[in-house]
Amino acid sequence: MRRDQVLDHYFLEARSKLIDLAAFLDRLERADGEEDFRAAAFRRACEELLSAQPERAKRILLAFSDLSTELAKAPGGPACGAS
Amino acid sequence: MRYIEPHAHMVSRVTDDYAAMATAGCQAVCEPAFWAGFDRGGAQGFHDYFRQLTDYEPKRAAKFGLPHYAWLCINPKEAEDMKLADEVLAMIPEFLEESNVLGIGEIGLNKNTRNEMAVLEKHVDLAARHGQLILVHTPHLEDKFKGTRLILDLLAADGRLDPGRVIIDHAEEHTLPLILEAGFWAGITLYPESKCTPARAIDMLEVHGQERVWLNSACDWGRSDPLAVPRTALEMRKRGHSPEVIDRLLFENPKRFLAQCPKFHL
Repeated sequence: MRRDQVLDHYFLEARSKLIDLAAFLDRLERADGEEDFRAAAFRRACEELLSAQPERAKRILLAFSDLSTELAKAPGGPACGAS
Repeated sequence: MRYIEPHAHMVSRVTDDYAAMATAGCQAVCEPAFWAGFDRGGAQGFHDYFRQLTDYEPKRAAKFGLPHYAWLCINPKEAEDMKLADEVLAMIPEFLEESNVLGIGEIGLNKNTRNEMAVLEKHVDLAARHGQLILVHTPHLEDKFKGTRLILDLLAADGRLDPGRVIIDHAEEHTLPLILEAGFWAGITLYPESKCTPARAIDMLEVHGQERVWLNSACDWGRSDPLAVPRTALEMRKRGHSPEVIDRLLFENPKRFLAQCPKFHL
């Protein structure tokens, strides 16, 4: 697809998702209590959005990933999306 | 259009979903054994589940003209209990002769533990000894990258395996290249929230090619869409992909992999 076609097909959807992300950050800021590691990982991942480098989706997934290599000693709870 | 749904947990779907899939052009549905959403009370629960996958569910699918195939294993989440895992592994060979069983799956890792790795190794050995195809589940969210690398290392260390007979599922942008570079088939799962959207799936295929890839809905009891595969065909048409390219990806590719088991026929 040409760039104008990509914009025709996906701009409104991406715009909507971006506003949802902004609203999520606003909601998080308005809420009481401490942030945890998920919020920190989210903010780090957001920085990748404005990066000039390609493979942003891959780098955001890696920002949320456990990059260690050793086996876990005991089962943990369900995955929560950030390490 | 025609397509194959190569990964769907139909035991947790309603009969109307079979009707919708058949109406959308589904030609066959394949169902790997998985976690029921709760831990089963013992090995007998798996025996009943395997009977459901090999006897009851094919009859339910047949009412809509859909061939139904199954994969058997103890899923990685319940494999943390190694005594239970050994009991279930011991009963699998009696079901491998069933006419709709394609192989061992979906095995793999959940939280990347030592016990999960040990049971994965036993499943791989079982598959190798019985000449079975293998379908691998990769972990969720933050555990996926590490788990995928551990799985690839384990599979590569077993000299009996042909990578062309192993598919590693739930790939995303950070794991798909690892899987394909190692020579395995890769599955991309289309989910509303986690895993992958149709647009991202097509992005990945446009970058990495579609030679050894299948798409699936992995629809189950959670938020999922049994029509995710045909909806992706619509997305591909929007981007200008030809009917031939769509057919190759959604029908010919899964058929090529699955037909390595002589029991699979359409």
